[in-house]
Amino acid sequence: MPYSPMLVRPMREELTSAGFEELTTAEEVERFMADRGGSALVVVNSVCGCAAGMARPGVRLALQDGPRPDRLATVFAGQDLEATARMRSHFPDLPPSSPSMALFRDGELVYFLPRHKIEGRDALAVARDLAEAFTRHCAAAGT
Amino acid sequence: MGTFHRGKGPLHGLTVVVDTDGPELYIGRCDDVVEAGVLLQDADLHRDEAGASGKEEFVARAARVGHWPRIGEILVPRERVASIRLLAEV
Repeated sequence: MPYSPMLVRPMREELTSAGFEELTTAEEVERFMADRGGSALVVVNSVCGCAAGMARPGVRLALQDGPRPDRLATVFAGQDLEATARMRSHFPDLPPSSPSMALFRDGELVYFLPRHKIEGRDALAVARDLAEAFTRHCAAAGT
Repeated sequence: MGTFHRGKGPLHGLTVVVDTDGPELYIGRCDDVVEAGVLLQDADLHRDEAGASGKEEFVARAARVGHWPRIGEILVPRERVASIRLLAEV
C-alpha cells in the first residue's frame, strides 16, 4: 500500500530540487524515453531509508561537479506504480530494484546501480560510483 | 531524509545471501535474524540440481545486477543456515 503523499513529498523534492523531472504516468515515461539522444539518468526512488536515505544524497553529490547526464528523471517505486512499471520495461532483463539508478546513452542502458550496491553505504561512496559512471559515459561526447 | 525501522537487527534492510546445508541458497532483503532463523523479504531461491548452474554462478549474477524477488517473504530455519553474507560484499 502506498505511503501517505505527505510523507513521501520531501523524498520526491530531494530529487526534483536537484533538477530531476518526476515521471508519474506511463505516458510521461514514454515521452522521456523517446528522446534517445545524449545521456539520461533515471533514479527509481524509494521510501525505505535503509537504502534510499543514502541514494538521494548520493546522487545529489554526484551531480555537483564533473561530467553529468544531459537529462535527469525519476519514478517513485511503490507510489507511482504505472510509471515505475513502464520505466522498468525499458530494462526488462534486470531484476526490479528500488532504489536504483539507470544511466542511458543514446537510448541504450550503459550503467545500472541496483539497491544492494547502495544499501549500507554512505552518500559519498554512492556519489563516487555515480561520478565514475558519469565520467565514463557522459563525458566522452563532450556532454 | 528517509524512513528507518527501529527494533531490528543490524542486517535489517540489507540484501543478503543465505546459504544452507543443502542444495538451496536464498538471496533476499533481510528483515531480521530471529531465534527461528533468517527472515527474508523479496527473496529468490536457487536449488542446486544436476545440469543447472551452481550456487556461485547464481550469486555472481545477482552481485552484478540484483536478484529477482520471486518470494514475498520466507523464513530460512536457523538449523538450515550454513552462512549469511552481504550480497554487496560478494
